[in-house]
Amino acid sequence: MNRNSSSPKNPASSKYRIWVPAFAGLTILLGSPALADSNLPPAYWANRQLPNASQEAQAQALMEQLRCLVCQGQSIADSDAELAGDMRDLVRRRIAAGEKPSAIRSWLIQRYGTWISYRPTDEPAAWPLWLAPLALLLAGAWLIRGRIKLKGSR
Amino acid sequence: MSRGLRLIPIVLLLFLLSGLAWRLIKPADTAVPSQMVERQVPPFALPAALPGKPGLNAADLASGKPHLLNIFASWCIPCASEGKVLQELQRRGVTVDGIAIRDTPDALTAFLARNGDPYQRIGSDRQSDVQIALGSSGVPETFVVDAHGVIRRQYIGALNASNIPGVLRELEEIR
Repeated sequence: MNRNSSSPKNPASSKYRIWVPAFAGLTILLGSPALADSNLPPAYWANRQLPNASQEAQAQALMEQLRCLVCQGQSIADSDAELAGDMRDLVRRRIAAGEKPSAIRSWLIQRYGTWISYRPTDEPAAWPLWLAPLALLLAGAWLIRGRIKLKGSR
Repeated sequence: MSRGLRLIPIVLLLFLLSGLAWRLIKPADTAVPSQMVERQVPPFALPAALPGKPGLNAADLASGKPHLLNIFASWCIPCASEGKVLQELQRRGVTVDGIAIRDTPDALTAFLARNGDPYQRIGSDRQSDVQIALGSSGVPETFVVDAHGVIRRQYIGALNASNIPGVLRELEEIR
């Protein structure tokens, strides 16, 4: 940057001098609502792997399929929310105690509904999802049926 | 290709755009209702959150009279505004029990001194265990529990003054 462009006589740079701190201040103000967290440390197993590798693998696979109640696009394995940490702790504790992942999943579904699980169910509501690939394949075949016939008959 | 088929992409585009516009005008409800409504409170026993007040267990909620079970925390900002409403309900004879999520006695004492204390009992749930067992997804939430310990209704978010008549009516109906 040369002297000229940073001198106060330059209208563009003096304009920025006002806006940069104003924007920074606004960003800080708007960023504050994220503070709604407790002062307690994370639960013991929230961010700690189980010593038994196969149990940890089971827990990890399950946690990746459970939806975070706070950050609703994320799994509890990905989320930094405290409730997600407490749910990871619950999953690891129960797996360490010998409980099956499917039992933990259905325990949570009893509480929060199928909403909590990313794995699609086989309930009627999910049938369009399972039938969609088949329907799309059939639609594709129907669309190109003319071309296939032409080549075969030649 | 026929004329009709050529219109398909445009129709799909319009369908997509109207879907997007609809969700912008009417955003999806992100609340996750508990599936425990109309079911028995799951067994739990929580230690006292404060030295001078008893803790809370499932049997306390099935003691023969209806309760309000308030899930709250001293670090939760909307919970502070709810204090007045819960106190008004308590003044009108409602038993209010609390579960404090991830809280400490000091923070809780200061919170109750500031916002009032409507609670008969407060259990301390330091790892959100009972909150999860109840199917509650955040603070504050309030459960209406009948005399036999069956959850009859869940309020997600802070109660406000306009909820008072409804809550009183529900408690009267299940008495």
